[in-house]
Order: sequence, then structure tokens, then C-alpha cells
Amino acid sequence: MALPKRIIKETERLMADPAPGISATPHDDNLRYFDVIIAGPNQSPFEGGVFKLELFLPEDYPMAPPKVRFMTKIYHPNIDKLGRICLDILKDKWSPALQIRTVLLSVQALLSSPNPDDPLANDVAQHWKENENAAIQTAQEWTRKYATA
Amino acid sequence: MSAGTISEDEFEGSSDYDENDFEDDDEDESDTEFGQTGDMGFQDMITEKQRKKAYEVDFSVLPLADIMAAQTSAASHVSGILGVSLQQATALLRSFKWNKERLVERYMDHSQEILNQAGIVLDDVHTPVLKRPRGFVCMICFDDSSAGPALGLRCGHVFCQPCYEQYLTQKIVEEGECRRILCPESGCNTIVDEETIKKAVQPTVIAKYQQLQDRAYVADLDNLRWCPAPNCENAIDCRLPHSSFKTVVPTVLCACGYKFCFGCGLGDHQPAACGLVKMWQKKCADDSETANWISAHTKECGKCLSTIEKNGGCNHMTCRKCKYEFCWVCMGPWSEHGTSWYNCNRFEETSSTDARDQQAKSRASLERYLHYYNRFANHEHSAKLDRDLYTKTEKKMEEMQRTSDLSWIEVQFLKKAVDVLTSCRMTLRWTYAFAFYLARNNMTDLFEDNQRDLEVAVEALSELLEKPIEREKIAELRQQVLDKTVYVGSRREVVLEDTAKGLAEGRWEFFVDFSK
Ligand SMILES: [Zn+2]
Ligand SMILES: [Zn+2]
Ligand SMILES: [Zn+2]
Ligand SMILES: [Zn+2]
Repeated sequence: MALPKRIIKETERLMADPAPGISATPHDDNLRYFDVIIAGPNQSPFEGGVFKLELFLPEDYPMAPPKVRFMTKIYHPNIDKLGRICLDILKDKWSPALQIRTVLLSVQALLSSPNPDDPLANDVAQHWKENENAAIQTAQEWTRKYATA
Repeated sequence: MSAGTISEDEFEGSSDYDENDFEDDDEDESDTEFGQTGDMGFQDMITEKQRKKAYEVDFSVLPLADIMAAQTSAASHVSGILGVSLQQATALLRSFKWNKERLVERYMDHSQEILNQAGIVLDDVHTPVLKRPRGFVCMICFDDSSAGPALGLRCGHVFCQPCYEQYLTQKIVEEGECRRILCPESGCNTIVDEETIKKAVQPTVIAKYQQLQDRAYVADLDNLRWCPAPNCENAIDCRLPHSSFKTVVPTVLCACGYKFCFGCGLGDHQPAACGLVKMWQKKCADDSETANWISAHTKECGKCLSTIEKNGGCNHMTCRKCKYEFCWVCMGPWSEHGTSWYNCNRFEETSSTDARDQQAKSRASLERYLHYYNRFANHEHSAKLDRDLYTKTEKKMEEMQRTSDLSWIEVQFLKKAVDVLTSCRMTLRWTYAFAFYLARNNMTDLFEDNQRDLEVAVEALSELLEKPIEREKIAELRQQVLDKTVYVGSRREVVLEDTAKGLAEGRWEFFVDFSK
């Protein structure tokens, strides 16, 4: 099936004008599948880290949200062991007017402000709530250990 | 709209065993064949029929057209009071779950807030866009060609018509959404109004949207419930408060012939209350492993140990080899059943009170559960076997009708007998769930006696139906079956009356609290 105009244009813009700290590159053999790299935001526990993600545009995109998953291990209350992300715009708050760029910016923002009240990884969220400093320390350790390029 | 309670006529015509068996039985089930109501006079019979039984509730059947008309009538009422359009009134009512009084009251003080909540804009400053603006790029498909229609709500977010259509179709058809479909723009809270939806999508999607609205209407009102029968479009209107379903089992009968519980939507489960049914089902699901051995349909003869397979509904078994007659359920000799000391239905509590150590106690409690579960499951299974047997017999009856001078009406007695039998087995089935949770007191003896009488009557009728049909004896058989059918029906009524009255009067004590 031919690639919809929307995906072609979005890809062109992503390549020509990437968002700061984010890169997304489509696979040559599957233009709906993107390798994503997000730099850990400054002043966050993930600062200095380089996080790999995969992003896939399903058949009914943009009516359905893209599927996004962390490939790099990360200690974050809204991201589970399998790298799945708890983010409203990837679920019930998805709008077809949102784009790959906005999705990735939201993921980046999630790294800056973890939300332990809406957890996906319960044990991490628990840790975050009970002892935020210790949790941040663990997140920093994981970043050094797993997310250095 | 047809109002009514379940009368005995309907009871005979209905079958609540096979949930897929919704045949249209429009033959008039008059009293002519089942008119033997003891020695009551005609007038007594009329009064008897009109008097509501303790186990009956008032309800009415609403066809789809009435449900739609009720929405329109409520909307036109509100539109008159609030001075808004019919469509706006409908949207307002939907956002208030059709609570007219609350809507009108709140609207008087907070009209703007309420309009916003319902996604209605009254002023015409921002009218919906229908034309593609100059230099427009649809932010969904990125299409920037200058031709083709586009659509936007009063919020000013415009998308091209094909994208809008695809978006709305997905929301309606795939997500089943109808209450709050929002503008496709991310974060915009403007609700797509019905008029825009009707402009943007295909007629089949509009029909689906309307259907979802009707579903939502019935779901929003406590006094309405859809008939769960497949392909039935009726709803039942029952005005009893839901809090009363602890003491009333609200069985209703849809015009399609399906009898079900208004409280929980399951098939008829009288005499057990909804909460009790829920607990029982959960228990059975949890304990299915231990209880599984019961469902095996072969057993050994208690005397000669040869394998016996059950192929009819009747529980009176005779070993082909040694001719030992026994009860399939308790495996005891049949000679003890059907006499006054028949106690197949009664669990001997002594074994559990005697139990001293924990292991013996838990064993006794399992035995107690199995006693009731066994009988519960067996009546369900037997009802199926009764039906299977009937299907076989039916062919024979048809043949007999063709080759003899019997009329069609005259060969119907078996069908009616099987319907009543099935109904009674379903009632019996639930009496065992009821009894499992029932604490023994001086009132429970009467209940167990009634349960036993119904069970004995049911097995006698079931046994009669297994008899081979001979043409010469058909008149005799017919009379016997008719008599027994009437008797079984009356025994069922006794059980239902007693249990329903007891629930209403708080006469029963249960081990569990299912009132939540
Ligand atoms: Zn478009
Ligand atoms: Zn909008
Ligand atoms: Zn129905
Ligand atoms: Zn119920």
C-alpha cells in the first residue's frame, strides 16, 4: 500500500527540522517504523543519557495513535520494564491532529516531570513517592549504566 | 406498549432453558387445555388470574419505537420550558442522563455552564464552517489542495470532510462512542453536535449513532433494561427501586418470549435473589475443579457396578443388568423417593456438626457444597436431556398426526409439558443455590418440603415423557401428561409463593450478606 501523504510530509519535516534533543529516522524497508533517539533533558535524573525508542505508525494512523516504546532500560514511574509508556495522548487523549513530533516532545517532557500518581511501574512509583531522592539516585545510576552512548 | 405480569398462560408458553430458543409462539395459549384449576368456578379462576402473585412484579414491554418516542417527547417538553431547539434540548437531556427535573432546575441558575458542558453554543458569532477556507491545510491528512469540502465546529478547528468522516466513523462504529465525541483537535473540548455528525457520515453510521443513543438512553434510566435475547429490540420498564432487589426477584417476560431477571439481566433465577445468584456463580466458578467430577454423565450402578449412562432427563434410573432402581442424584434406592420420607433434596447437617478437627470440617463443608451443587447442575443437565428427548419425540408426533385423525393442537401437549418441565427444573436449580446459603430454622422445613414436592412432581412428569408413545394409548397418555403438567406447574407456584413471601417478610436467614 502506498504511504499516505500525511506520513510522507511528516517524515520530511522531521528530517528537515528536527526537534531539539530528538531524532527520528524511518527504516529504509518500512517507512512506518522509526528509530528514535531522545536525549535525557537537562536538570532531570536522565540528563546525559541517550535513550533509544521505537515508533510504529499503525495502518489507521493518524486516526489511531502511533505505538511508542523505550528500547533502553529506564527507571521511571510511568515507563514499565518492557518500555511501555503511560501517556494520555498515546491512549484516550489521542487526537488525529497530533503528530509524531508532538508525541515525542510529550515523551521528552515526561522524562523531565515523572508522575508517580499515575504509575505504570508500580514499584518504581512507590519508591518515587516514599523516597524521591533515593529514587532519583537510582534513575541516575540506571542512566549511567544503560543509557550512555 | 403492552403491560402485564407473568401469568400462568405465559409461563406455560415460555421456555427459559435454551437461551437461543426464541421461537415465536404466537399460538394463543388459552385455558382450553390447561383449564383444570382444581374445583374453582369460572369466576374464581378469573379473580385468581388477576390477583398478582407474591413472586410477580409489575412491568411493561417497550418496543424500540416507544423508546425513541419517549426521548422526543422529553426533548420537546424541555425545549418548550428552556426555549432551546429540540436538538439542543436532546443534547442537554443526554448530558443530564435524562433527568428532566434536575436539568431544568440547574439550567435556571447556571445555563452557560450547563450549555458548555453539553457542548452547545447558542450564539451565532462562530457558526460552523462548511467551506474550505483560503490557504487551508487539513492538519490530519496534510492535504493542501484547494478543492473539496471541509468542516469545522464553532471552535474554529477545521478539517477536511474525508478526515472528519473517517474520524467520526471510527468513534461511532469502532469505539461505540455517542455521548461525547470531541472536536478532532488535540485538547479541544467542543462536542461534535448531532447535526454535524449527520452531515459528515454515511447513513449506516448515522443509524449506528442513533442506535447507540437509544442504548445510552436505556442505560441511563434505572427503570429501563434491554431484553437480553439476541435480535430483540424491546426494553422492559420496571419501576421498582433497585434497592428492593434484595427482597424481590424481579422476573420479567419480554414480548419476544424470553423470561429474565430485570435486576441483573440473567435468565430467570427465582427464587434466589440477584445478590445471592452472583455469590453462587462466583463460588461455582472458583470451585469448578472440585465440582467437575459431578458433571460426568456416566455412573456405576450401586449394586452390580456396571456403567450406566443417563440419556433422558428423568433421575429415576434402572440398571439394565440387575434391574436395581435408584436415584441418579443421591444414588440411593428409588423406592425411598416419592414417599413421604424422600429426602434427596435435604442435606444432612449432622455430618458437619459432628466434625471435630479442621480437616473433617473442611471436608464436611465441601460435601455440603457438593450436595447443593450436584443438584443445581443436575437440573440444568436434565432440562437439556428433557429437551433432547422431546425433539426426538416431536418427530414421532408429527408422523402420528399425519397418519391418524389427531389434530395439530392435540399433539401439542408434549411441547407444553416440556416447556413447563424446563421452567420447573430451572426453578428447582435455583432453589438449591437458595438453600445452600439458607440458615436452618423452623421455616426452612416447609421450604424443603415444597422443594421436594416440586422435585418429585418434576421427576414423575419427566419419567412419563420418557415412555414410548403408542398410537392406541395416545389419548390416555395425553390426559396423564396434561394432569401432571398442571400439577407440576402448581407445585412450582407453591415454591415461588412461599420463597417470595419469605423474602419480602424477612423470614429467611442467610449465611451470607448479599444486600450490597
Ligand atoms: Zn484531511
Ligand atoms: Zn475544536
Ligand atoms: Zn425480548
Ligand atoms: Zn437477577
